[in-house]
Amino acid sequence: MAADAPTRPSPTVTDDSAVFWDAAAEGRLVAQRCAGCGRLRHPPRPMCPACSSLEVEIAELSGQGTLYSYAILHHPQHPAFEYPVIAALVDLEEGIRLLSCLTDVSKDDVRIGMPVHAHFVPTADGPLIPVFRPTEDS
Amino acid sequence: MGRRTLARGAASIVGAGCTEFSRRAGRTELQLACESISAALDDADLAAADVDGIVSYTVDPVEETELVRSVGFEEVNFSARIPYGGGGSVGVLQHAAAAVASGAAEVVVAYRAIRARSGASRFGSAKTAPSPTSGHSGTTAMQWCMPFGVLTPASWMALNSVRYMHEFGVESADFGRAVVQLREYAATNPAAWGFQNPITLDEHQESRWIVEPCIHLLDCCQETDGSVALVITGSQRAADLPHTPVRIGTASTAGLFEQEIASDHYRPDLSVMDGTMALGRRLFEDAGFSRDDIDVALIYDAFSPILLMQLEGLGFCGFGEAKDFIADGSLALDGSLPTNTNGGLIGEGYIHGLNLVLEAVRQLRGTAVNQVADARTAVISASRTGAILTLD
Ligand SMILES: [Zn+2]
Repeated sequence: MAADAPTRPSPTVTDDSAVFWDAAAEGRLVAQRCAGCGRLRHPPRPMCPACSSLEVEIAELSGQGTLYSYAILHHPQHPAFEYPVIAALVDLEEGIRLLSCLTDVSKDDVRIGMPVHAHFVPTADGPLIPVFRPTEDS
Repeated sequence: MGRRTLARGAASIVGAGCTEFSRRAGRTELQLACESISAALDDADLAAADVDGIVSYTVDPVEETELVRSVGFEEVNFSARIPYGGGGSVGVLQHAAAAVASGAAEVVVAYRAIRARSGASRFGSAKTAPSPTSGHSGTTAMQWCMPFGVLTPASWMALNSVRYMHEFGVESADFGRAVVQLREYAATNPAAWGFQNPITLDEHQESRWIVEPCIHLLDCCQETDGSVALVITGSQRAADLPHTPVRIGTASTAGLFEQEIASDHYRPDLSVMDGTMALGRRLFEDAGFSRDDIDVALIYDAFSPILLMQLEGLGFCGFGEAKDFIADGSLALDGSLPTNTNGGLIGEGYIHGLNLVLEAVRQLRGTAVNQVADARTAVISASRTGAILTLD
């Protein structure tokens, strides 16, 4: 099954979210790290909710995580995607959660808690986005 | 201890009205709102000129100015819109009651008009135009979900539902038993989409997957056209009006750090609706009501899994125990907690939650189609906003 339909819509990028999507477009998975207290956060936001700092650094993430939850989407179907879409919540090893989807796995083999890792697929206008597949050597 | 709550019983619902609920209203949301508001004012024996406050949802399409010039309100001194989409639906009561209790307004109309079925954009359609905002509906999903094909409220909520199933050993048939009960109620409600059309558990299980393994077609609410309106005023004035006042015993909003509506994916433990746990604490412990006082419950059921999760979050049963609570018949008219007696959003229709408030009013007036005997106190939960209505 060709999991990576190239027609999926490109993300909407705002000034607040560009830190994530601009890195993803280049095949890098990142999160904001507060320059004041060091906490990672996602989704991105302009202020640290813990210490009110406006200063941020960009943290490179490993892309390794575990599947926190999933959902196998059958209906409605949009022509930009191949069905069923396997939606995923991934808890990354750095301690933040991402919403994405799974590729390269049969829906019957999906298990909560399975190790997964990120790879990147193109969207309609070109930018890459991070999706996940099972980690082979688990 | 010490949390502030709304002044108990200071405001009452004195009028309630609605249009028919249909798949194609054939008229604008503005007209639907006019019709339901007019019906609610007639019901309250009040005139448009008596109204000085209006409250709706941020996502409601009706323009206040057009509404005022259509219904004929003379002077509106208080207006508000509640965020959080359907999760905010009971928030209209909190704002109306707060306005009345504070003196900001004397007579407030709360309304929602929707063409969720025949309108330009159905909630359940596959939309990929990712707006960075959501009409203040409380979800960031438009931006963070859509590039991945996660396009609908069912798909957003399913991620939580699957974790819930995993954590507590809940199965699709457990959701199905709730739906069978809702459809049994709807079958005797002439206003309901499911009128005279009950279902069996087998039919539920055989209906097609929307989202596997948690949401069959029959687990979904019915996108509906229609409008509901309520009239709220001070309980003193309410005593002079024709209907027995339905007091807003308490009404609250509970919003936790990182909590979202529908796309609520960033709280640590998604197997529980901890926002609803906070709401339950606000409605019961903080406001001084007992769960044992509740005669009838109206719980926002856009999809059946969140009905079970709210029963647990509100504290009517333990975590993971809603499936047994339901299997024991608790939600039925002769059960310990008759719930969604109009058929709910799944059985009656989806006026974005406000039809559940309407049903609570009918129950306490004794005019519901599926009437709970001697109902005096009702709880309404839309997961993030809720209220307790009472005759006492
Ligand atoms: Zn910080």
